[in-house]
Parts: sequence; C-alpha cells; structure tokens
Amino acid sequence: MLEIKDLHWSLPDGSSIINGVSFKTRGKLTVITGPNGGGKTTLAKLISGVEQPTSGAILLDGEDITALDITERAKKGVAYAFQQPVRFKGLTVRDLIELASGNSLNTGELCELLGKVGLCAEEYIDREMNTSLSGGEAKRIEIATVLARRAKLSVFDEPEAGIDLWSFSRLVQTFEEIRSKSDGSLVVISHQERILSIADDIIVVADGKIRISGTKDEVLPKLLSGEYTCSCPKRTGDCL
Amino acid sequence: MSDIMNVNFNSITGEMLKVISDYDPVAGFKGAYNIREDSSCAGRQSSENITISSKTDKPGIDITVKPQTKGETVFIPACVTHTAVDDLVYNDFYIGEGADVVIVAGCGVHNEGEEDARHNGIHRFFLEPNSRVVYKEKHIGTGNGTGLKKIDPVTECFMKENSYLEMDTVQLGGVDKSTRTTSAELGDNAKIVVRERIMTDNAEEAVSKFHVKLNGADSGVDLVSRSVARGNSYQAFYSAVDGNNRCTGHSACDAIIADNGRVDAQPALNAANVDAALIHEAAIGKIAGEQILKLCSLGLTREEAEEKIIEGFLK
Repeated sequence: MLEIKDLHWSLPDGSSIINGVSFKTRGKLTVITGPNGGGKTTLAKLISGVEQPTSGAILLDGEDITALDITERAKKGVAYAFQQPVRFKGLTVRDLIELASGNSLNTGELCELLGKVGLCAEEYIDREMNTSLSGGEAKRIEIATVLARRAKLSVFDEPEAGIDLWSFSRLVQTFEEIRSKSDGSLVVISHQERILSIADDIIVVADGKIRISGTKDEVLPKLLSGEYTCSCPKRTGDCL
Repeated sequence: MSDIMNVNFNSITGEMLKVISDYDPVAGFKGAYNIREDSSCAGRQSSENITISSKTDKPGIDITVKPQTKGETVFIPACVTHTAVDDLVYNDFYIGEGADVVIVAGCGVHNEGEEDARHNGIHRFFLEPNSRVVYKEKHIGTGNGTGLKKIDPVTECFMKENSYLEMDTVQLGGVDKSTRTTSAELGDNAKIVVRERIMTDNAEEAVSKFHVKLNGADSGVDLVSRSVARGNSYQAFYSAVDGNNRCTGHSACDAIIADNGRVDAQPALNAANVDAALIHEAAIGKIAGEQILKLCSLGLTREEAEEKIIEGFLK
C-alpha cells in the first residue's frame, strides 16, 4: 500500500508544482488523472524517486521511503514506467528486460512479457533499444520492463501515450490481470476512460493539488457527466 | 610453457590469446594459424586451402587463400610479453576469387618493465573479385610496468569488383598509446563495413585514421566508430571518404566522454562524382541522465548503470 502525506515539490525558482498532496491507496489499481500540467507526472516521479520532495512523506507498506533514492526504492519494490521511453545505443530489448527481471530469460518468457504489451518477442528481443524503434514500440517495451519487475508497486505514467488501439486493448487487459492475479498494486496516470473504468480508486490532480478522489463509482460519473469542472483559473471542464 | 598442436608459447601469451582470439587451450586453433610472440613464430599451421608462409625480405607472413575457399577461419594473433620489445611485422593476405573466409587477428601487449613495449602490424589485404572476408581484431594491454604499451596497426585494403570486407575491431583497454591507420581502395560494387570500438582510461591515447577511396561504380563503405574516453584519456577520430564514382558512403562517430576524457572527431567527405551519396554522423557527449535514471529505476546503482550503458555501447 502506498501512502502520501502532505507532499510538496517546488522548482528551483520557488514555483510550487506539488502543493500538499495526501492520499492512501486502498485497492489494487489507482488511477491519477487531471489536466495537462497539473502535476501528475511530477507526482509519479516523486513516488518513484526520480525526484525528491521538498517536504512531506512517502510510505510503502508503512515504511517511510521518502529519503531513499531511485535505486533504493526500486529495491524496495517500486517500479516506474517513464512517460517518454529512454533509448540506448547498444542495449537490446533482451538486455533491458533481463536487467528489469533480474534473471536471464528464455525466449518463451520474453515472448510472454512482450506479448502483454502486444509485441511479438521473436521480432524484438535482439533489437537495440535505439531510434530504429518507433515511438509506440519503444513505449511498449518501456512498459514491459516494468511488468518484468513484478514489483510491489508499479507506477505507469500515461501508458496509453503513443501506442495503437490494439496494443492499448491488450495493455488494459494486462492491467486487469495484474489487478486480479498479482500481489502487486498499480498507480496509473491516465486520461483514458477505459483505464479509468477499471480503477478501484480515482484521484484527480490539478494545479498541484488533489481536487477530487474516491472510488471509481464515486468519481467517474462526475468526470463523465461534466459535474466536476477543473478549478484552475484558466481552465474549465477540460480535465479529461 | 604450452605445447599444444605445434605451438610453443609462454603463459602470458596463453592468457592473452584467450581474450584476443577466443583461444581454447584444450582444443587449440582449428584450421590455419600463425601465432607470433615477441617477434618470433610460436606456432604455425596451414590448411589445405589456406597457406601461410614466411616472407623472405622482411619480417612477416603471406597468407594465401585459394579461390572458392568457403567457411574456413585463419588465426593470426600477435603478442608482446615483456618490456623493451618493438615488434614490427608485415602480413599480406591474398584472398582468392570467390573465397569466403574469417580472419581472426588480435594483439596483446604485456609490459611489467620500465621500457616501452610495442607491436606494429602492417597488414595488406588483396581481395580478388567476388571474395568475402570477415576480419576480427581485438587489442589489449596488460601488466603494471611503467613502460608504455603501444599498438599501432596499419591496414591497407585493395578490393576488386564485388568483393566484401567486414572489419570488426575492438580496443579493450590497457593500451597506453595506439594509432590505427586504415585505408581502402574499392573497385566496382565492392563493399567495406567497419565496426570499431575503443575504450580508453587513465592517460591513454588512441588515434584512428580512416581513408576510403570509393573508386568503383556502386562501391560502398559503412564505417561506424564507437568510443568511450574516461579518466584523462584522449581519442582522435579522423575519417576521409572519397566518392570518386557512383557510390554510397556512410561514416559515424559516436563517443561517450566521462571524467576528464577528451575526444576529437574530424570527419571528411570528398565527393568527385555527382552520384556519390556520402553521409557523416557524429555525436560526442556524456551519458544521458535519463539513461542512468532508467537503469537505476530497475535497481542498478548509478555506477552499475554507467558500466552497463558503456558495456552495451561498446558491445
């Protein structure tokens, strides 16, 4: 279980990006949504340890991991799928997935993992994770590296971005499988209704604060009906 | 001393051969080979299709591959195992028409003394029409002496029509100074592919010079150099591709610098024909921060992440 307590994060110039966020995950799948520029990606980076908070606390299964760096948090069981997949000259898809899993994997195991994101392993395992891969392919491999970790907490930052409809459908199915079969929990940043519709809880973040949160049944109807509108001064009703 | 399959070399050579030539101490080399140790021959064997003979006018050997020879490998490693050796050797490769072979070279220099130790191999390749060669070369320096470990290979390639040469060269580390000079002249439809990887650290210096003349119609070169310069090391990459006919040329220099490492890349493209299509790419920089973060997010420390990125980059 992830618990966030009064989290703050500011830019070096003092601009506040995350401003007193607190929540506790209850179910297996929590979706964070909200308008662009509202602080969702920053929140994901703070959870995974890419960034350190200015103040506040992050607890994983009751243990305070706030002071841990990204490596230490990974070892504690936090996995993070970057919104923009990282490219490497020389490292292959197999290299990255084996690093993620911590083991050598046979073709069947690689195929199973890549299949969860709609890729055929045979075509990809020996390809370099470089610019020869399309944005959608790289994104799906990025997600596969997180699935390979079988982590206690997996954080996905807009997993739908850049991938095709068929792969997206497979990914939604994978999230559902994780939720029903795995011990790990998921925090997914998303604007997609199909992902929101499989959430246990939904948190809406805007302007660095939580604007609304609750179970899917409590929050999603408000978002879809337009009952909830963003309170950002320059935005109205564009939170999804 | 080892004495396996007509070879007789010391234990230092034995260890270096494992690295530079994938030598198996039990099985030995299969097929033709010539092992050079401290300016002498430490073992030689010809095969039915590949003949190795000593030069009579200067140090070195002639390697003659019969036309249509297919699937054979010839090993020609050279090792310098002590200080105050300045080894100079001339090796000529005559590749018969239609042959398709692998040549495994490689050089190790070990120096525990105060004076310099150096190997300078001057290789010439004569590729007849329709022949095909994969050339593999690894370089390594070992030993804790204060004398320098130097390797200065010179490679000259003369490629007739429809011939193909693939050069895979690696400098693994420990070589204090190296200057690698490679030139090639290509006939019609001849192709040369070069993959170079160089790692330098401490105060090491490595210079690579390439000059490829695309003289034949539809000839082509694909040259990719990847290098990592750490510590206070210095690397220079000079390439010149001359497009003298309808041809394609691509050269790329990718370098990672760390610590106080320095890399100087100076590519040149010289087109003398309107149908010469020549491209160069160059990128020099430190390891990208997001690459380190990604691997750290998989549980690697920053140091482990850097090593893994460099290992992959030079793979």
